[in-house]
Formats: sequence, structure tokens, C-alpha cells
Amino acid sequence: MFQVLLDHYPYYLSTALIVIGVWGMLAKHNLMKKVIGMNIFQTAIILLFISSSVKFGATVPTFDPKLGLENTALYVNPLPHVLMLTAIVVMVATNGVAFAILLLIYRRYRTLDEEEILRRMRE
Amino acid sequence: MKWLALFIVCLFVAFLFYVEVDMPAYGDPQAPANLHVSPYYIQRSLQDTETPNIVTAILADYRAYDTLGETIVIFTAGLACILLLWRSKRDDSKVQRPHC
Amino acid sequence: MIAKYRDLIVSLACRLMVPFMFLFGFYVTMFGHYGPGGGFQGGTIMASGVILLRLSLGRQATIKKFPLELGHIVGVIGLLIYSATGLISILAGGEYLNYAYLPIPGMSGAERQHLGILFVEIGVALGVFGVLLSIFDSLTKEG
Repeated sequence: MFQVLLDHYPYYLSTALIVIGVWGMLAKHNLMKKVIGMNIFQTAIILLFISSSVKFGATVPTFDPKLGLENTALYVNPLPHVLMLTAIVVMVATNGVAFAILLLIYRRYRTLDEEEILRRMRE
Repeated sequence: MKWLALFIVCLFVAFLFYVEVDMPAYGDPQAPANLHVSPYYIQRSLQDTETPNIVTAILADYRAYDTLGETIVIFTAGLACILLLWRSKRDDSKVQRPHC
Repeated sequence: MIAKYRDLIVSLACRLMVPFMFLFGFYVTMFGHYGPGGGFQGGTIMASGVILLRLSLGRQATIKKFPLELGHIVGVIGLLIYSATGLISILAGGEYLNYAYLPIPGMSGAERQHLGILFVEIGVALGVFGVLLSIFDSLTKEG
């Protein structure tokens, strides 16, 4: 049981951050807090993937003339790093569009609280 | 509403914790993610592309098509922001009238 | 309209830092082959230089050198550079985005890949710079 915890502790910590982000998206009433919850969620996913690419005793995935290329266990797995660059760009894109929509909602209803907006929409 | 959110979140975290016991150990060089195509990229990228940085070589040469799709994604996000927020001057009375 | 920042020390410090931010962004883009970096990182640093200029000097003073439509035009040019590199490879007889078929004389196949990666990274940096600047300009536009 303790050995399982010691082997997988980065995954559990990233899952805790995922759950905090999902809780912020579902349970908060302010629209800005929901956007912040989405940000926490996306950052935790990136952390989960990068922590799954680590090898003990390895160095950064750049060619080092002293180490050579035969033993690939000396370089960290570069593939999740590449995929997470794409994920960061998708984070920026969704943040931009979310803020644009929030700006339009504020100009129309003069508030950012979800229940207040629903009440004003019914009138 | 908050109790329903709490219940969903507890279900979610229980499911994720139960599944993550089966993931490979942290820092294991023999994990399945490090075995199939990643050693090919590490060993062949210097002689194929003369680029010491393996991450840039994968991003711009082996997986260039995905990088093109991603550039189109961020361009579409900028386009959506422009279409939402640049509009001609209208007076405020037209905006406040409720739509049916 | 973003107004000029009222404090003198902050305004002067920002004006001193901005050329170095541009230079650093350009360096990170060009040296993506040899260390961490590449198109996305360099484009973001360059865009944050222009955004700092807009925030500290106000919109009136910066609109002469960096007009409002600069973001759109530069973003489109970056994306076109990327797609054109792939199209040139098709016109020269190979597959899409296979840089070994670029028609540059006097280079072996691996060196052409090196040059193709450089063109593509410049395209990506210009695209990201243009889009981030245009998102900032859309969000702070009044009216």
C-alpha cells in the first residue's frame, strides 16, 4: 500500500488539482471563477503528462556529445513534451475566446453572477 | 446545486484514484510509453535533421502536420475574438431591447 | 482607451526593457535548434513586448508605430509562410511538408531539413505574435 503511494505520487497530486479545477467549474456562481477553474484543470492535465515522461538518472532531450545516442535511457522521453506544447496553445486560445464572451455578457447584463443573469434573462 | 456538484466530484475522484493504481511506476525507463517510437526519435533525429534539440525536431519535422493544425487553431481563436468584439458603432438603446 | 501610466519611474523602466524583450524573443526563435525554444515561445515573448509598450505608454502614442491592424496582417503572413513551405515541397515532387525536396542547391538532404525547420519556426513565431496582439487589441477596444 505504501509502495503504491511512493510509486505513483505525482499522478495522485495531479489528480487532486484536476478535482479542484472541476469543482471550481461546477460549483462556483461567478463566471470569472469558472474560467479560472478551467485554467487550473488544463494546467493539471499538462502536469500529469509531463510527469509521466520522467526517467530517473536521465537528462534533458537535447543531444549531449559526452553521452552519445546509443543508450536511450539517458534522455527523457521527448514525446509528451511535444504534445503539451500543443496543449498550452489550446489553453491560450480558449482563454482568449472565453474572455471575449465574458466581455459581451457584461456589456449586455451589467453583472457576471450566474443566477443574476438568469433572473435578468427571464424579465 | 452544490450538493450535486460535490457528489459528482467525489465520484470522479474515487474513479480516478482507483484507475491510477495501474499506471506504470514514476521514473521507470521500461514503462510502455518510453519503448516503442520514442527511442527511434532519440536515436535518429540527429542524423535525419542535424538538429541537436530533439523536441524541436519532432515538433517541426516528424510531426509537422500536427503543428500546422495547431497554428490553424490559434488563428481561429484570434478570428473568433475579432468577429465577436469588432463591430460598427450602434447606439445603446438597440442593445438593451430584449430579443424574442 | 488605455491611458499613459502616471508614474515616471515605471514608464521609463518599461520603455528601457522593451527592445531587449524583442531581441530576446528573436533569439529564442532562431536558437530553437540548439536549446529550448522555437516558434511558440519566441512569438509569445515578442507579443508581450508590444503589449507592455501599449500598457505603459498608452494607446495614443503607440498607434503610429504598431497600428491596430498589425496583429491581423502579421498573423496571416505567418500562417501563409508555413503553408507555402509545404506547398513548395509538393511542387518540387515530394510529399506535403517533406523538407528534403525543397529546391535549394548545394545541400544534402539532412541540411535541407534543418533549413525547412527554420522556415517553419519563423512562420509559427509570426503567427503566434500576430494572434496574441490581435486578441489583446480586441479585448481592450472600446465601443
